[in-house]
Amino acid sequence: MHLQRADNHTWRKAKSGLASTAAFVSALLVIAPLGLVFFHLVANGASSVNWDFFTKLPTPVGVVGGGMVNAIAGSLELLALAAAIGIPVGVLGGVYLAEYGSARVNSMLRFIADVLNGVPSITWGVVVYGLVVLRFKGFSAYAGGLALGLIMIPLIIRTTEEVILLVPNGYREAALALGVSRWKTIVHVVMKTASKGIITGILLALARVGGETAPLLFTAFGNRFWNHNLSEPIAALPLQIFTYAISPYDDWHRQAWAGALVLVTGIFCVNVVVRILTRGRTASVV
Amino acid sequence: MVNLVMATPERTVIERAERATEPISTSTSESAVPLTFQVKNLSVWYGEKRAIDDVTLDIASNAVTAIIGPSGCGKSTFLRCLNRMHELVPKTRVEGTVLLQGEDLYSSTVDPAIVRRRVGMVFQKSNPFPTMSIGENVIIGLRLNGVRNQKFLNERLEKSLRMAALWDEVKDDQQRLCIARALAVEPEVLLMDEPCSALDPIATAKIEELIHELKAEYTIVTVTHNMQQAGRVSDYTAFFYLGRLIEFGPTTKIFTNPSQRQTEDYITGRFG
Repeated sequence: MHLQRADNHTWRKAKSGLASTAAFVSALLVIAPLGLVFFHLVANGASSVNWDFFTKLPTPVGVVGGGMVNAIAGSLELLALAAAIGIPVGVLGGVYLAEYGSARVNSMLRFIADVLNGVPSITWGVVVYGLVVLRFKGFSAYAGGLALGLIMIPLIIRTTEEVILLVPNGYREAALALGVSRWKTIVHVVMKTASKGIITGILLALARVGGETAPLLFTAFGNRFWNHNLSEPIAALPLQIFTYAISPYDDWHRQAWAGALVLVTGIFCVNVVVRILTRGRTASVV
Repeated sequence: MVNLVMATPERTVIERAERATEPISTSTSESAVPLTFQVKNLSVWYGEKRAIDDVTLDIASNAVTAIIGPSGCGKSTFLRCLNRMHELVPKTRVEGTVLLQGEDLYSSTVDPAIVRRRVGMVFQKSNPFPTMSIGENVIIGLRLNGVRNQKFLNERLEKSLRMAALWDEVKDDQQRLCIARALAVEPEVLLMDEPCSALDPIATAKIEELIHELKAEYTIVTVTHNMQQAGRVSDYTAFFYLGRLIEFGPTTKIFTNPSQRQTEDYITGRFG
């Protein structure tokens, strides 16, 4: 065949151009919403993000001004409670899947974790409502933290398992060959080698539940004042945004925009930290 | 003699002197030498596959024994049976006995971790822990075995690095670092699974020199696919083929006057 006269040359070129255009448009469609969301948040919320927003409690209906300090603090408290439940169970579960157990039981556990990861978050709220709120007759920070913690567990299990499986077997063998016990090998060699990956998984899980609203609706419930007792209802940023956004007041709408901007910025920062962590990987491991 | 069930980290010179001195079996050597390992009728299966077939072999103390043979002949498996590392592979089954200084390695009361403290190992691919400094790497075995005394750790660090000929070197030779790490827990035996196969000739020469020096204090068993290396470093050579021990004896005899046809064919390079 002559180089010049490949008979379907033009058609091939057209197909190639078509495919790369389609890919480019798809990429734009992925990025565009992110840009739009940020643009709208900044346009509507930036003017209301001020000192008062971070230091003042919400004002009564009709009184303009005030802030969301109680909701910001509440979100942090809820995340701390969620972390206390989700991190130990999730990390140890991931270690179990990667290092112990039989292949059959593990593939079952893995499947269950994947199913749980797909469960709508409001379902977790209902579950905790039934298990905790009804039994102890009240909404509470504990119930909210538990709901978020339960969402974190399967997420952390899977990411921890994945990064632990990435640790080369040579390190395990080297430690075991020194007469080190199995558990110490896992903690001091395997988990230490995979620590950046494990922390990344934890941060991503925290970022994910930090923005959850539905599971908090009937667990943490929300609170317009300071919470001084974790067995009482507590405010959370997403809940406050929800309440303000569906209200009929312009001032509350502005504050909802500001809250959303603060929340998205916080989650964005966590993702940047994750990026930095995963970039500086040591010795091409995990 | 140190008990396998309750071995302590600090062993004494007297204990070393008390090593078993049974005569070596007639099939393997002509003169009586002290033995570190006595392997009797060892067979190993990976699932259905038989990797080692009825191997009987004695390993002399303070000498270098080389295990040679073509790929897949079971030499690595055999080496890993000497410190129970093969147990990490699921569905492994072992039959026969392995005696370390007269004690059964596979007795049900023996903790494999203690076996591995006494029988150290260096792997084909050097594997220093990436999250630790050189010093931390060397003493990690002691630290994770519960040694807290910083002075003792420092002394052992220096001693191990000196023995591995790393103390005066700035550049980190990873494989010698791994040897230093294995030496830090003061084993009696050092198993080496193709320690030089990933190294350049200069680094290989250094490791070989090191093996020569180490045999004054340690019993060394090394697996190699490099016959010239086996000839240079070892006192005894065992030739494995298809899971079986074909011939075992002093290295000079194996290389100059092998008694089995298969050994001769392998040594002369007719197959490999």
